Amino acid sequence: MACPKTKDLIEAYGDGELDLGSSLEIERHLAGCEACAAVLERHRALRSALAGASLHYDVPPRLAARVRSAVRKEAKGRATGWLPSWRWAAVAASVAPLAILTWALVALSKTPSPGDLLNQEIVSAHLRSLMGNHLMDFPSSDQHTVKPAFAGRIDFSPDVRGLSGVGFTLIGGRLDYLDGRPVAALVYGRRKHVINLFIWPSAGGEGARGVETSLRGYNLLRWSRAGMLYSAVSDLNAPELRELRKAFEE
Amino acid sequence: MDPTELERFERTLLPHMSAAYNLARWLTRSDQDAEDVVQEAYVRAVRFFGGFRGGNSKAWFLTIVRNTGYSWLERSRGEELTTAFDANLHDVEDAGPGPELELLRRATRQELFAALESLPVEFREALVLRELEGLSYKEIADVSGLPIGTVMSRLARARQRLRQILTDRGSKED
Repeated sequence: MACPKTKDLIEAYGDGELDLGSSLEIERHLAGCEACAAVLERHRALRSALAGASLHYDVPPRLAARVRSAVRKEAKGRATGWLPSWRWAAVAASVAPLAILTWALVALSKTPSPGDLLNQEIVSAHLRSLMGNHLMDFPSSDQHTVKPAFAGRIDFSPDVRGLSGVGFTLIGGRLDYLDGRPVAALVYGRRKHVINLFIWPSAGGEGARGVETSLRGYNLLRWSRAGMLYSAVSDLNAPELRELRKAFEE
Repeated sequence: MDPTELERFERTLLPHMSAAYNLARWLTRSDQDAEDVVQEAYVRAVRFFGGFRGGNSKAWFLTIVRNTGYSWLERSRGEELTTAFDANLHDVEDAGPGPELELLRRATRQELFAALESLPVEFREALVLRELEGLSYKEIADVSGLPIGTVMSRLARARQRLRQILTDRGSKED
C-alpha cells in the first residue's frame, strides 16, 4: 500500500505536474518509502508502454484536401465584403509580405524547446558549481569513495569512473538539481579545466548520436546510455569532451 | 472571413489536424466518423475563429473537436455516453510491484490498443489527451471543461483500470 498522504501526488509527480516544493517533498519521501517508489515505478512502466506502442492514429491522406475545401467553402459563405476574383492577384501581392513578416515574428518569438531549456540549466549548474566552494560535496579522487557517497542521497546509482588513464582526473562528486530532479554530478579535471558530468535516469533517450552544442562559451555534450542521461559541460574543447564520453561508453 | 483571416486560420489550425484526427478516432472508434468529426470541427472553428484571441491554439481547437465528437456520439449512438460512467469500478488494492510491473512492461501493442479502446469514453479521452497528445493537466481541464482535480482523478482511475485490464489478461495467459 502506498502512503495515503502521498498516494494521490505520486502520479502527478510522475507526470511532471508538481511545483518544485512539492516535488522535493515527494522525492524525499520516495527515498525512504519502498511502497511509494513501487507505485511510481508502475506509473512509469505504464506511461512508457503507452508512449512506446505508437497508438496514434494517422490522418487518412484524403482528409486534408476534404477539410481544406470545407473550410474555404465555409469561410466564403461567411465572407464580409468578399472580393471579386479579379482582385485576387492584388490581394495576394499585398498579403504575402505581411504573411512573411508574421511568420518571421512567430519564428523569432518561438518558445525554447525543452532541450534548449535543459542545456541552459546545465550550463547554469556548471557556472554555479565554479563559484565559491560549490564544486564538491565530497572531494575525492577515488571512485570507490565517491560512488558510495551518493548512496541513500539519490534514488539511483551513478556509474563513477576514475579516468586518470585517459587523462581525466576525478576530483570529486556533488549532488545537483536538473530537469526537475536531483542528479549526480561528477567533477573531473583536465589541465586547468573543470568538467562537470551530470548523470541521472531518463525515461526517454537522446537518440544514438546525442546532443552536442555550445552555449555562452561552454561546450556541452548530452548522451544516453543504459537508461541514464549523461551531460558533460566544460570550457574544455569539444573533441576532448568527446573523449570523456568515449571513456564512459566503453 | 476575409482572405488574410482565412490564411491566419489555416496557418493556425491546419497543423493540428493530426492531433484532431487522433482524438476524434479514439473518441468515435470509427475511421469514417472520425473524418466527419474532424471536418465538422474545422467548419465550426471557422465560425468561432473570430473569438480566438491567440494563445494555445491546439487546446482551443481540440476543445471544438472534443465537443463535436461528443455530440456526434450522442446523435449516432446514445447508449455510448450513458454506460460510460462507472460507479462500479472497484478500488483495487495496489498490487505488489513484482508481477504487475513485469506484465506492464511485457504488454504488446495489440494488448495496449485493445485495453485503451475498451475504456469508457471519458477515460479514453483523458489518456489520449495526456499520453498521446502530451497535454498538461491544465490543458486537459480546458479541453474537457473540468476542474484540474477532476482531471487528476479521472486520469488516475483510467490508468488504474488500464493496468487492471492488462494485468488480468497477462496473468490469465500465464
